[in-house]
This record gives sequence, structure tokens and C-alpha cells, in this order.
Amino acid sequence: MGIHAIRLPDIGEGITEAELTEWSVKVGDVVKEDDVLAIVMTDKASVEVPSSVDGTIAELSGEIGDQIAVGSVLIRIEVDGEGNEADIAATSAAPEPKKEAAPEPKLAKPAPKTEAPKPAPVAKPATPVARTQGTKPLASPSVRARARAEGIDLRQVPGSGPAGRISQEDLDQWIASGGIQQGQVTRGANTGIEEVRVIGMRRKIAEKMQLSKRQIPHISIVEEVEMEALESLRGQLNAKYKDERPKLTLLPFLMRAIVEAVREQPGLNARYDDEAGVIYRHGGVHIGIATQTPNGLNVPVIKHAEAANLWDNAGELARLADAAREGSIKIDELQGGTITITSLGPLGALATTPIINHPEVAIVGVNKMQVRPVWDGQQFQPRKMMNISCSFDHRVIDGWDAAVFVQKLKTLLETPAMLFVEG
Amino acid sequence: MTDLTCKLLVIGAGPGGYVCAIRAGQLGIDTIVVDEAAPGGTCLNIGCIPSKALIHAAEEFHRITEADAGPLGIATSPPSIDLSKTVEWKDGIVKRLTGGVAGLMKRAGARFVAGRARFLDGKTVLVTKDGEETQIRAEHIVIASGSAPVELPFLPFGGDILSSTEALALPEVPKTLAVVGGGYIGLELGTAYAKLGTNVTVIEAAERILPTYDKALTMPVAKRLAGLGVTVLTDTKAEGYEGGHMQTDKGSIEAEKVLVTVGRRPRTQGIGVEELALTLDGPFIRIDKTCQTSMRGIYAIGDVTGEPMLAHRAMAQGEMVADHIAGHAVEWDKRAIPTVCFTDPEIVTCGALPGEIEDTTSSEFPFMANGRAMTCERDDGFIRVVYRDADHAIVGLQGVGAGISELSAAFSSAIEMGACLEDIASTIHAHPTQSEGLQEACLKALGHALHI
Repeated sequence: MGIHAIRLPDIGEGITEAELTEWSVKVGDVVKEDDVLAIVMTDKASVEVPSSVDGTIAELSGEIGDQIAVGSVLIRIEVDGEGNEADIAATSAAPEPKKEAAPEPKLAKPAPKTEAPKPAPVAKPATPVARTQGTKPLASPSVRARARAEGIDLRQVPGSGPAGRISQEDLDQWIASGGIQQGQVTRGANTGIEEVRVIGMRRKIAEKMQLSKRQIPHISIVEEVEMEALESLRGQLNAKYKDERPKLTLLPFLMRAIVEAVREQPGLNARYDDEAGVIYRHGGVHIGIATQTPNGLNVPVIKHAEAANLWDNAGELARLADAAREGSIKIDELQGGTITITSLGPLGALATTPIINHPEVAIVGVNKMQVRPVWDGQQFQPRKMMNISCSFDHRVIDGWDAAVFVQKLKTLLETPAMLFVEG
Repeated sequence: MTDLTCKLLVIGAGPGGYVCAIRAGQLGIDTIVVDEAAPGGTCLNIGCIPSKALIHAAEEFHRITEADAGPLGIATSPPSIDLSKTVEWKDGIVKRLTGGVAGLMKRAGARFVAGRARFLDGKTVLVTKDGEETQIRAEHIVIASGSAPVELPFLPFGGDILSSTEALALPEVPKTLAVVGGGYIGLELGTAYAKLGTNVTVIEAAERILPTYDKALTMPVAKRLAGLGVTVLTDTKAEGYEGGHMQTDKGSIEAEKVLVTVGRRPRTQGIGVEELALTLDGPFIRIDKTCQTSMRGIYAIGDVTGEPMLAHRAMAQGEMVADHIAGHAVEWDKRAIPTVCFTDPEIVTCGALPGEIEDTTSSEFPFMANGRAMTCERDDGFIRVVYRDADHAIVGLQGVGAGISELSAAFSSAIEMGACLEDIASTIHAHPTQSEGLQEACLKALGHALHI
């Protein structure tokens, strides 16, 4: 019998550590080869760590939320035969084999204890539940007496103890928070505080946002774009190809507009290594699309948007967005962006102040399209109007250049024929 | 005729009344307590205490009887008992306790007036004693008149037909005894006489003894009764008694004495409660959360207010009423009232029985797996916990086992404090004691009992 250590595998180029987000097994579990042992998170993607052996889990090395370095031991598994760790005694969590009995072959057998049938009714783990109406609040007699003396209706006091039991401290807090007096028909102050650990994807997002906002002096420009022509073109294209090609949203047009605009201003399609002091201006336009997923914000990247047509970009966008939402997106599909689009669709508001996706230098935000009155020189005309809100890294992009870029986008979107003028 | 006035008048000096008077005295309330008998009420004089004395004596006698045949290697010769001496000893204890209660009341500053009380109106009570009358006017009056054994019309008390009172003062052990009513009083006394050598027959109209408890709880008692040679006739109705024979719908039983224990009725008649036209609840006086009756200034506590008719309930009510009259913010908010049957083995219940509350589950730990129980030669019985599925809050605790009455405090504390399974499971319970069964029952509910 030996101990086989499973180390955090190399899970992507340049990744040196990953955050442990879930243990899929616990000590004592019997696992087979390829069973998932744990889930770790790297640069916005979840990676399952499989077992490479059959055996029994002997030790879990780390807590949920820990950063684990690639190559360090993640889990130790007790296996038949020799493990890959020479000295069993060196691993503290390994069971102490009885020395005198060590040669006995029966010790090598896995313990059969897990097979014992459980006695009938076993209480399931209790989870805090809202107090059912009609049941009396759990509280000791001294707490009840004090509540009565103070004229407090205990049914309204949140209890911090097991099963929502109300302690003297809960009562202190309720009184301190100016709790509601008995008989008054008012809303009770909810003094409960839920502790939510910032782990996994949320932590990644938090770190990324903090990095962007701390490192990059943002400059944001909001411009109004008339969308009549583009919307009309989009409608015609969708009508014409409705059976053959994916439906076009606004985004493929905007991607094309960005491709055109950065052709003249390559400094905007770039990644800025601020530590090295080098701006990498990319020839290819790799457009990140900020995407809301059940776990939070994700930014899949459409590579070489300049090399694809409207429909190809639309198809790729749909594929990546689905993959991101399902969690099946690959790490390299989340990396390598040179500029980002953020769009909240109908929730897009009048204006936003997008945060640049570090180390990129520009981000284009799309606001809500709506019909607004536009003065045409003689009268107000109803027009489909939309704002775009763009942010730039002011360290490397001057206000002038930023304004020129935004005006270029406006012109391209308002005169969509120019999107397709070659050259 | 003497005229007295006071702030609080308590009618009845039983556990409810005397506790109310002591507490009121402590709070500086001018208090008078009236009783026609010695302080202590049924409990001290003719109930809990004397019956426990008799049960103890019977148990001691029985142990000696059984020792010879037992596994402990003890040899004895058959014992004999002079029951009149036992009764004398018992009376000594009663006297000590009633005297103690009188002293406690006096020390608290409450006045005791001996005599029979009768309401004249909602503020005035007439007390009669040997033809002498005392009129007492009080701002607040507490009715704590207790209860009396129910008499069967075809088995009127007197002669060989005994109520529990007479059964506690027999001059000698009867050869045969028929107990009508298989509730806790009948079984406690019936068991005691069986241990003293009486041939006891229990007649119960319901399908089993102790019908208010569930079958699992009463099973060990039924087994022990059989072992003691007690004949238990269930589904049987007593019909009459004549010439040393008890008539039932299932035949005739030889019985030197007949003990009738078919329940207790509240003592509301004869004290003028009818004239006050208090709202009743069946035969009982209806009370609110502070034990106030439908008439302002009149309170009722104890057995006159209904089930469970238990001394400790009356005491808690009496204490609360005194606090209420003193102006404290109190109300009846007890979560559970423990009940104890001093049968053999004893039964303790507190809170809900299994199935009584929806979405609850129960878990049992048998004394068969408890070391202390084995060393006492009594591994019959178990401890059971009833808990809410959703949050594991303990809503009921029951146990049956020899000497388990002392665990009632653990049961009621757990429920009154709002304990969950996890609380009891992670509290250290001393080894080797039967109380370990309580922890184990909770551990078992959580799926990780250690000793079963």
C-alpha cells in the first residue's frame, strides 16, 4: 500500500497558479482513474483535475479559495501497491500502519467499513430556514423574559444561533438597531449580515477590475450615433438571408467599424505592457466581448475579426457567448484580446463609463438604442438614436486621438456603406 | 366574626398556592393563604410525596425479596414488613415537609388562615373553621383549590373501596387488590403493593395501560408488571364490588381492597366559584396567559385550570401570578412541562411525542447499550428525541427506564433553552450514567451514534 500524490497539473501556457474552487471528493472516498478530484480556476476558466490512479483519498492539501501553485501537491491518494511518494511516514495524514502487522496481506485490502448500511432515519444537515409561521421562536427563558420586559416581539428578532435561536447578543443588537416595538405595524429592520466569500470567478473579476482601475487613468467619451441607415441595412440583410445565415445583431457591424477605425489608428488596437514600457500594436483585431454568465462577467475573444465577414463574426460571437455561459469555454478563447466591446443591450442606459480590459488600451461601450427627436434644420424628426461610451488609457492615448476614434466610429455607423468600402 | 384585608388572597395552600404566597411575600405583597388542611395540598399530604415514600418502601422490600434469586450472590431470608410502621415513617416525612412549607410562607411574610373558604363576591371570601367565621377582603384573589379523585357511582369510596388517599395509609398489606383505572396513579400504587406481595389486578377500559402515552413508552412498564405478577385486564370495564369480589364485564375477580384511580376532577364546587359565574373550560376554570379568569382581579392556578394536573405546573403558575400582581411583565410562555410516571420502570416525557408535530422525526437510544443501566441490572427502556427536520430543534424528549425521573431536568432544560440535536450531541455527558443515552439519541439522529 502506498501513497500517490496528485499535483496541480500545468493547465495553460503561462499559468503558474490556480485557485481551488471546489473539492469533488472528501477524505475516505474511493476514486477511480479519471474521476474528478477538484475544480480549480485559472484566469476566468474552470479546470477539472482528474485522478490518475484508483484508490482512497487520504489527504486534501488546501482549502477552498487557496491559490495553489502549479506542480504542488493537490491531493494524496492511498493506492494498492507502491505510490509515487517514497516515504509513507513522511505524509502526516497517512494512517499509521501497525508495524508488527505490516506484512499481513489483509492490511492491503481496502477497509470494508463504507459498506455498512446506515440506520434508518438520519437527520439531514440542517440549513438555516426562515421561521415557520405559528412556531414559537427558539430562545432561552432569560431571553424571553428580557424581551417581554423590553416590550420586544421575539418573533421579529433575527436569531443567530443554530435553528435561528435568539441569544442575549441578538437581543442587544436588535435593541441597538432600534428594533420595532411590540404592537407597532412597521417593517422590521433586517440586521442580518450574510458573509459571502469572494472566491473563484468573482475574485478573478475583482482582481482584474481593481488592476484596470488602479493602473489605468481612464478617459471616457460619450457620443450620439444615428442608427437609421444601419438599422435599415441590418433589417434588409436579415430579411434577405433569413433562412441561410445567422441573424445579424448590431455587434458584427460594430466589430467591422472598429476594424476599420483602428486601421487608421493602430495605437488603439494594442496591449500595453506598462511594466516593460512597451505598447504592442497588433495587426490582427482581436475583439473581446464582455459577456454576462451565471458566474459573473466573462470576456471571450473573437480572434482576427478583420479577417472574417459579418456573418462569420456573428457566428463566432454566438458560439463563444454560449460556451462562456455554459462554462465550457477554453482558456485560450478568453485570452489575447486587443480591444473590447461591452454592451448591455436594452439595459444599456444613456451612457456608461466602461473599464478597460487590462492590458488593452480601449473599450467601446454600446448604450441603448431609442427613438429620439432630432432637429433636421426645419423640424424635429423621430430618429433611431444610440449612444456609444468609450474609455481609453490616457497614458498612451491622448484625448485628441480618442475623440478622432469615436468620431470615426460614429461616421462609419451612420454611413454603413463605408464599412464595406475596400481599401 | 373577624374581618381581615389584604392585597392578595390565595385559596388553597397546595404547591400552586403556597408557591404563589411565598413569591408574593418575597415581593412585599400583603398576602393571606387559606386552606382547610395542612399546607402542602394534595401533593405533600396525600399525593406525590406520600406515594413516593410508599413506592420507595415497596421497592426496598422487593429488592430484598428478589436478592436471593438474583445474580449478585447475595443471600437473604424472606423479609417481612409492618406497614403501619412504614406509614408512620411516611407521615413523618409529610409532617416535616408541610411544616417546612408553613415555615417558608411565614418567613416570606404571608399569613396562613386555616379553614374552608367560600366566595361572597369577587373581592370577599368567607373562611369557616369550627363554626368561627373570618371575612377576608382582598384586591386580588387566586383560586388554587386543586382537584379531588373522581368517584365512580357504582364504586363509592368508603370501606374496602379506596381512593389514592386511603391507599397510602393502609394498616397492613392486602392479600388481593383490584386497581380500577390503569393511569399513572393506579399503576404507581398497584406496582408498590405488588412489590409488597399483594396479588394485584389492574382493570383498564382502554386497550392498553397509560393510554395517553405511546405504546413504545408503555411497553417496558407492561413487561415489568407481568414480571411482578400483576394481572392487567385491558378493554375491561369494572361494574361493581360485592363480598370481596370485583365484578367486571369480563368476569369476577377476587379483591380484598379496590383502589379506584379513574382520574381527578377540579375542586370548583363548594367554594362559590359558581356564583362568581367565571367562564369555564369544560369542568375547569378558563384562564389567560397570566392566569387571569374572566373576572378582573381573580386568578386561577393549578389543577382547577385543567390538564396537565401537575404540581410543578401549578408552582410555575403560582410564581408567575405573584410576579404579575407585583406589576412585572410576565406571561405563561413555557415551552414544555415534563411529566413523570413513577411506575417501574419510570417514564418521563417532555414536549411533543413522535408524530404529534408535522415534519418531525424521532430517534431512540436503548439502555441495552448503556453500561450504567447494565450495572444496575436494569437495561430495559430507552431515551427518545423528537426533532424538527428543518432545523434540528428538539421539540420532544421521552424516556423510560429505572430511575430515569432524574433525567427530566435534562429533558425540560433542553427544550426550554431551545436546544438542537447538535447542542446536546456536543455536550459532554458524564460516563457511566444513563444520561449518556440522551446524547446518544441525538448523535443517532445525526447519523453518528457512537455506542450503537
